[in-house]
Amino acid sequence: MVSGDHSSRQYDAELEQMRSRILQMGGLVESQLKLAMEAFETADVEKADTAIASDRRVNELQLDLDMMVNHLIARRQPTAGDLRMVMGVAKAITDLERVGDEAAKIARAAKWLKEKASGFRMNRIPDLRQSGEIAARMLHRSLDAFARLDGHSAASIIRDDAGIDDRFRATLRQLITYMMEDPRSISSAIDTIWAAKAIERVGDHAKNIAEHVIFIAHGADVRHASPEEIERAVSQG
Amino acid sequence: MEVTLRGGAAAGGAAAAAPAPSKVSVRNLNFYYGKFHALKNVNLEIAERKVTAFIGPSGCGKSTLLRVFNRMFELYPEQRAEGEVLMDGDNLIRSKQDVALIRAKVGMVFQKPTPFPMTIYENIAFGVRLFEKLSKAQMDERVERALRRAALWNEVKDKLGQAGTSLSGGQQQRLCIARSIAVRPDVILFDEPCSALDPISTAKIEELIDELKQDYTVAIVTHNMQQAARVSDYTAYMYLGELMEFGETDQIFIKPRRKETEDYITGRFG
Repeated sequence: MVSGDHSSRQYDAELEQMRSRILQMGGLVESQLKLAMEAFETADVEKADTAIASDRRVNELQLDLDMMVNHLIARRQPTAGDLRMVMGVAKAITDLERVGDEAAKIARAAKWLKEKASGFRMNRIPDLRQSGEIAARMLHRSLDAFARLDGHSAASIIRDDAGIDDRFRATLRQLITYMMEDPRSISSAIDTIWAAKAIERVGDHAKNIAEHVIFIAHGADVRHASPEEIERAVSQG
Repeated sequence: MEVTLRGGAAAGGAAAAAPAPSKVSVRNLNFYYGKFHALKNVNLEIAERKVTAFIGPSGCGKSTLLRVFNRMFELYPEQRAEGEVLMDGDNLIRSKQDVALIRAKVGMVFQKPTPFPMTIYENIAFGVRLFEKLSKAQMDERVERALRRAALWNEVKDKLGQAGTSLSGGQQQRLCIARSIAVRPDVILFDEPCSALDPISTAKIEELIDELKQDYTVAIVTHNMQQAARVSDYTAYMYLGELMEFGETDQIFIKPRRKETEDYITGRFG
């Protein structure tokens, strides 16, 4: 799979360049998310600003990678494993860019909460903190699966997304309780909901990336598939 | 919900049946050029009114296979075929039918346009006269219909008396297609039909192939993989005389089952 050895070395080089560029974008988005989460947890405005600012670089990489994809399709007409790699990257670009947007949202929520001198922090809402950790781990593992084109590992990531969804609902319930108990907390609680929703979306994007990995590695489109179907798809080589 | 890609009709091995009704069944076909074993136990089904493309590196046997379908090999005494190529229940290799009749049923269009040194009209009428006695009016109609079917009528209707060789390369190729169509074949074989043509003429021929499959079963040999991907419903990958993989074209070009096929169509070959 995209392992080199094309008759055209230039083609190999272009595919490899695209692959390493998306992993670079993934790494950048990952650290942006980590920073945003830390900013939220510690109410660190400086970190939040850095996380928001790095979104520009993520956007640049998105445009850069889109151009590479267009170039490869126009010039090389990729087929089979190469085609699936190019299509998978094209989709993963969008997911990564969105993760960047979500990270910026979390960072902005952190700043709003700080301005309101709110007591809401990750550590006061354990479910939110946990879902943040799970989302970051999912993203990391999906990028790792992408780098190794490991369908089995990708399949296990898809299963984990349900955990984040459950915790998002738990966070909502908890925040609603706060708001009912003390209406002065409504504004801060809503900011926190924005962050919780952003985290939940990060999990969705990580799951999407894992699905792209399975498509690239196994040629099976597992979007909307049941866990059993996904398991079958990755065990079929 | 379908997890695997749609269109995976073929099994992993060489012998595989297309799901559409079969027009030609190739069974245990072996072919020899003297001592050279050029086709090795080939099994496949050519689907009726579909386009089947044969791809593979030079010398893989794809043109040889095409030539077996209308007994072109019989022109050379040292060449022989064993096995079955069944069309409508008749084994074409051993058929008692007149070979000219088989070639009318299984028409062939070659790499280089091969118009006869005759007028455009006669290029088409010549073959028809071998099989049918038609009145002038009937023949005129047959010629017009064949030229229309080959998308050439509008370009030549006012110069049917001119030499076929006066046409451009792309037009000559369409004249050859019209010539095949005029004798009412079941199957049309194309052996690299566009390799001597410019992109516009190529696009016209490809468009034509797509229209022809409404009425005819089409098999095409091409070195141009993108062309196979564009025009065919089924693709067969051949290597060193063996049918390596056969399946729906989408399956072959998105998720081939064999590494050998993947290597060839992605350009990792040799």
